[in-house]
Amino acid sequence: MAQEVLLMKGNEAIARAAILCGADAYFGYPITPQSEVLETLAELKPWETTGMVVLQAESEVAAINMVYGGAATGKMVWTSSSSPGVSLKQEGISYIAGAELPCLIVNVMRGGPGLGTIQPSQADYFQTTKGGGHGDYRLIALAPASVQEMADFVELGFKLAFKYRNPAIILSDGVIGQMMEKVVLPEQKPRRTDAEVIEQCPWAANGKAEGRKPNIITSLEMDPQKMEVRNLHLQAKYREIEENEVRYEEIQCDDAEYLIVAFGSCARIGQKAIQMARAEGIKVGLLRPITLWPFPTKAIQGYANKVKGMLSLELNAGQMIEDIRLAVNGTIPVEHFGRLGGIVPGPDEVVNALKEKLIKH
Amino acid sequence: MDKSDIIKPENLVYKKPKLMNDNPMHYCPGCSHGVVHKLIAEVIEEMGMEHKSVGVSPVGCAVFIYNYLDIDWEEAAHGRAPAVATAIKRLWPDRLVFSYQGDGDLAAIGTAETIHALNRGENITIIFINNAIYGMTGGQMAPTTLVGMKTATCPYGRDPKIQGYPLKITELAAQLEGTAYVTRQSVQTPAAIRKAKKAIRKAFENSMQGKGSNLVEIVSTCNSGWKMSPEKANKWMEDNMFPFYPLGDLKDKE
Repeated sequence: MAQEVLLMKGNEAIARAAILCGADAYFGYPITPQSEVLETLAELKPWETTGMVVLQAESEVAAINMVYGGAATGKMVWTSSSSPGVSLKQEGISYIAGAELPCLIVNVMRGGPGLGTIQPSQADYFQTTKGGGHGDYRLIALAPASVQEMADFVELGFKLAFKYRNPAIILSDGVIGQMMEKVVLPEQKPRRTDAEVIEQCPWAANGKAEGRKPNIITSLEMDPQKMEVRNLHLQAKYREIEENEVRYEEIQCDDAEYLIVAFGSCARIGQKAIQMARAEGIKVGLLRPITLWPFPTKAIQGYANKVKGMLSLELNAGQMIEDIRLAVNGTIPVEHFGRLGGIVPGPDEVVNALKEKLIKH
Repeated sequence: MDKSDIIKPENLVYKKPKLMNDNPMHYCPGCSHGVVHKLIAEVIEEMGMEHKSVGVSPVGCAVFIYNYLDIDWEEAAHGRAPAVATAIKRLWPDRLVFSYQGDGDLAAIGTAETIHALNRGENITIIFINNAIYGMTGGQMAPTTLVGMKTATCPYGRDPKIQGYPLKITELAAQLEGTAYVTRQSVQTPAAIRKAKKAIRKAFENSMQGKGSNLVEIVSTCNSGWKMSPEKANKWMEDNMFPFYPLGDLKDKE
């Protein structure tokens, strides 16, 4: 049977994909531009079909702590929000990372700082990839560039989260969340039974089964020696993720003399920009990090002796550029182009920036 | 009757509940926490829920409750235990789910989570230890600190003009549609302990019967924080805490 092609918003796709991949619970709070996620779930009433719990919490703080509670029992739980709301979730995210729990967080970014704007932005790159909450921890960060990837990354995010017992985040933005595109949704998977959850997650706190010791989910350790061991264990896990889970896409990079590095909605603008530049005879390629952490450091490093310069294209004042510069380590020029405050640049602006910042010099 | 007779199982009149392990407790001598821990262990055992209970521990003195009661536990961030418990119960409806929280955790930083979980009628129980002080951090003012009471952050006594009034959150909870059973108890005498145990049992049973949310406040002492002997602390509680926090059931939706 041919797969059904549907037209929908990124936010709707992510909600539908979560039901279809057998998620157990969603806890959220309304905020523009991601409110369609909760609205879609409320309209679809998955509690009557798959049995998925959907709950509008009293705050983002409560929602992420509900995620912490559900994740600690071994269930597939997730939440979504937008930038100011994700700031509120940071305490909970740190606890979830510290207690090594799997869950999925979605950030449909809007402009900041503060209340900022409801228009698209990518200014939460630092927050997502460099910590956000307190302590040494990492989130597996996936950056979708299409409505299809909004749908696909739900299952991938959960898969990685459970594989490493680590929170995963889909770092989207107001463009990807709000735009409508064609999408093929996954087949409906049944939710795991309680018995399957208990078997697959022997660490989970869901009632001490006979014959086993109590499971205690905590990030607390009063003895500094033990707390260091706990941290070293986390760091070893992060190195393993960096080794195995880097994902990126290369477009027309083979003969490129310049490289645009862009994720999410900016990668879509970058795609058009490289076509326009190539029409003018400028050989430009696009490298799109799909995982923002782990960052495709080696891939970017590999282009340092192949291209003359790189342009970091971001909807912010220059955040990912720091990781690109670390990757090339001063060997070639790396410049930034981005617009702020919710303004989305056109591909012509990108081509101009490429010429002015890299080629003219 | 000599010692060998006394320790015979048939002569046993009182014992430690099986769910309480032998880890030495970190609580100060005279603290109410140990008694309440024991009551919870007894009730879970008597209900036969040893393998189907999940507790949520707070930030505060009882943060290590998971070291003493052998059931599954989740350690919540400060004040967030009702949100954590909400998710556990929603996802595992046949589990006995409860949070154990102090006054700062529940009635200051966690007020929103407490009120909203109770008002949603989550089928959980919140055990609320009210000793009118922050014990773990060294005796600072709590939302329930009485007017005139001295703490490290109101060393001249709580002055409502400066620090505002103590919060009767249990009275507030009794007004919420979602609550089934709201009660205020204490554990300073054997009779009080027996009543408190009955209250915990009723709350836990309500939560398993889907009657709604339950709040059991235990007016408690913190003799270290209050800088009194355990005996004096009990007397001080009776003379000063009980008039402002009167004992008894505030709501029982039978």
